[in-house]
Amino acid sequence: MGAWGQGAVLSGVTEPGTVTACAHCGATCPDQHHRDGDHFFCCAGCRLVYTLLHEHGLDRFYSLESSPGVRPADSAQAAGAFAHLDDPAIRQRLLDFSDGRVARVTLRIPAMHCAACVWLLENLFRLDDTIGPARVNFPRKELALSFDETRTTLSAVVRLLARLGYAPELNLGSLDAQAKDPGARTLLLRLGVAGFAFGNIMLLSFPSYLGLDPTADAAMQHFFGLLSIGLALPVLLFSAADYWLAAWRCLRGRFLTIEFPIALGLLALFAQSAGEILTRTSEGYLDSFAGLVFLLLCGRWFQHKTYASLSFDRDYKAYFPLAAARHEQGQLRTVPVTELAVGDHIQVRHQELIPADAVVLSGEPCVDYSFVTGEAEPVRQPPGAYLYAGGKQTGGVLELQIAKPVSQGYLASLWNHDAFHKPREEPLQTLTNRAGRAFTYAVITIAAGTTVVWWLLDPSRALRAGTSVLLVACPCALALTAPFVLGTAQRLLGRHRLFLRNSGVVETLARITTLVFDKTGTLTRAGGHAVAFEGQALTPEERTWVAALARQSAHPASRRVAAHLAATPQPASAGVVAVADFEERPGQGVRGVVAGHRICLGSAAFVGVADGNPGVCLSLDGQPRGRFAWQTSYRPDLPAVIQRLRPRYALAVLSGDHAGEEPHLRALFGPQAELRFGQAPQDKLEYIRGLQADPRRAVLMLGDGLNDAGALRQSRVGIALTEDVGLFSPSCDAIFDASQFARLPDVLGFARSAVGVIKAGFIISLLYNTIGIGIAACGRLSPLVAAVLMPISSFTVIGFALLATRGAARRHGLEAA
Amino acid sequence: MSVVLVLMLASLLVGLTFLACFVWAVSRGQYEDLETPAMRMLTDDEDARGQGPRAKQKGKRPHE
Repeated sequence: MGAWGQGAVLSGVTEPGTVTACAHCGATCPDQHHRDGDHFFCCAGCRLVYTLLHEHGLDRFYSLESSPGVRPADSAQAAGAFAHLDDPAIRQRLLDFSDGRVARVTLRIPAMHCAACVWLLENLFRLDDTIGPARVNFPRKELALSFDETRTTLSAVVRLLARLGYAPELNLGSLDAQAKDPGARTLLLRLGVAGFAFGNIMLLSFPSYLGLDPTADAAMQHFFGLLSIGLALPVLLFSAADYWLAAWRCLRGRFLTIEFPIALGLLALFAQSAGEILTRTSEGYLDSFAGLVFLLLCGRWFQHKTYASLSFDRDYKAYFPLAAARHEQGQLRTVPVTELAVGDHIQVRHQELIPADAVVLSGEPCVDYSFVTGEAEPVRQPPGAYLYAGGKQTGGVLELQIAKPVSQGYLASLWNHDAFHKPREEPLQTLTNRAGRAFTYAVITIAAGTTVVWWLLDPSRALRAGTSVLLVACPCALALTAPFVLGTAQRLLGRHRLFLRNSGVVETLARITTLVFDKTGTLTRAGGHAVAFEGQALTPEERTWVAALARQSAHPASRRVAAHLAATPQPASAGVVAVADFEERPGQGVRGVVAGHRICLGSAAFVGVADGNPGVCLSLDGQPRGRFAWQTSYRPDLPAVIQRLRPRYALAVLSGDHAGEEPHLRALFGPQAELRFGQAPQDKLEYIRGLQADPRRAVLMLGDGLNDAGALRQSRVGIALTEDVGLFSPSCDAIFDASQFARLPDVLGFARSAVGVIKAGFIISLLYNTIGIGIAACGRLSPLVAAVLMPISSFTVIGFALLATRGAARRHGLEAA
Repeated sequence: MSVVLVLMLASLLVGLTFLACFVWAVSRGQYEDLETPAMRMLTDDEDARGQGPRAKQKGKRPHE
């Protein structure tokens, strides 16, 4: 929580000459050009939001957190933006409900990040009275709001949000109905019912816990017994239903999972208890029965940790726009992307995505494929070039002719590969299931042996002794170990911004033998380019002039140049330099007059020099001076990480790039590593598949872009590395924050330790089971012994799992942050 | 001993009431978002005193 009350308001007020923080978003203001009274802003967008909120009496936004605002994107200001949302076909699929007067819509807003955001979004009706009540679901980053359809439109609502900096995430994937997770609700209900029955059956069992003479009030005892059966029935039929289903699947599929012995044990517990209560032989084991089901469900619930705001299942649709501008009989109409057909002429403007593979008819393509490859540098293409879908045009307007349907483009076709059609491997080979299998055979053998032996000694007790073995051998503690270890591991990793799709991934991570890396955006930093100036060296004064010019532009290349020049010491006399006659040509460059000198910064053609290399060219007073070149910058931790991984794992690098970096990577990865360059998305997938032909190999793929999606899916564990976990990431098993890249060896080591903890937990639970089975085989198992033994074994194992996993995390430097 | 019987049934009834409340809460989706209500609580003071226009709006807010 930030400063309450005054602090936030003061942060924007400073004397001239000092560094100022934007009163809205908290970023450093480049100058003091944008101001409103005492407050300074980093850009016009922030000032606009501040003024808007101020005018509507929403100043409280700024007192809830310090600088809670989000800088609105420049494109949000355009009047025509989002007009396509009012197309009936799109509107209808986006709205949750509409009756012609009131409409309801649920929008995903990745930018919301604090309590002030929640407050502002739920108070939107104060800004615009056509908007009705709004509800935020913060974990899912969703805003559900209703609006008056007679007075406003969906596009106007979205435009208002975008202007405030909360642009909703709208893409082709938003059109699909969102799958909700119904499992969590049912699990909670089952848990509630089991907990209720557990508590009350224990209450009814008090007479026997206290050792009261059962013969003293036999009628009462019997009544309590019947009541217990009544309470245990919902547990049997509802709470434990998953176990019966799983056991039935085991029988039909002729394979054994841990659920089978559990179902067997639970059934034996209930049947013997009900039998003994009805025949008035004893008070039954129903307290143990309800308790076991309750604990097992607790384990499931603990394991059922999901990250609602992250999406692990995105396909290409999440990257593609909703609509495109199509030429129809000489007019430009916005149509849903799904309606585009081969041969259509479409128009793509600055900062718009190319929706389908297409050929350029006119315009100058300068395409940013950062979603696809992770490479942020826009690629300049000749007119007539074939453009792949998913790229973003930067620069002027493009006229394109669609060459392939949206769903069959270069990238989208990856999803037609059969790797995406087979469901994700069901984890039948988990440690728990393997241990459970051996356990089941042993228990069934012992139970049968006990029955036979007692049959020979005392036939009247044979059946009872046999079922006693089955019920006491219910591998509850065994089944609880893995959920608690893996669930804890998943939560601990989550605190370090290493998010796993589910806790089972931890176990798979422990078995990895081969690591495959994507290069661009994974080994290198996305956008973290080092800049070097090549050419005639600039004097300090000239540097200040160029920096002043570059600061005027919001283009990534200009910002990079400005940051590079600002990083070197400036002459004291520099002061503030004014830029006159500033002109920016989107996708080409900027020019202006600084201190009487004409400076031109941009593409080779724009500056007027012959230079084919990527980078930004510079001319001063018409004289070409050189070029700001980008150098690939690897993650600073990379050498250390690779050094730690080399002894244990086979390593490989797959790059979509040319082989220019090979010597450097070879030195880093060593002679054994496989380095492949010029890999298409399909090649990456096939390479992983080739590796997996050897069943002993378990491949982990680490990638970032859409072009890695196939490889991520095909590998045993696919990890997406991303600079912002709320934004784009392809379908994968885990999403790692890129800043945590250095922890990769620790994560793998921790996963191995966690599996060690599971094995130790198995041994503990087996010890208890051996004691129980011993007592049962002797025919001496009483309800009281079972009522003591079972909870003790379960709680020991749970306690051990929680503590030992935390200990393992500490050893690997992953203690709770 | 009949007193025990009556008490036992009464306690069961109380338990069942709570179970019913729990089932109702789960099916209304109250356990689906445990974070936002906590954040909302931090910003609700002003409106609770009836100063903001939200106080008027509150009556109109339909339950989902």
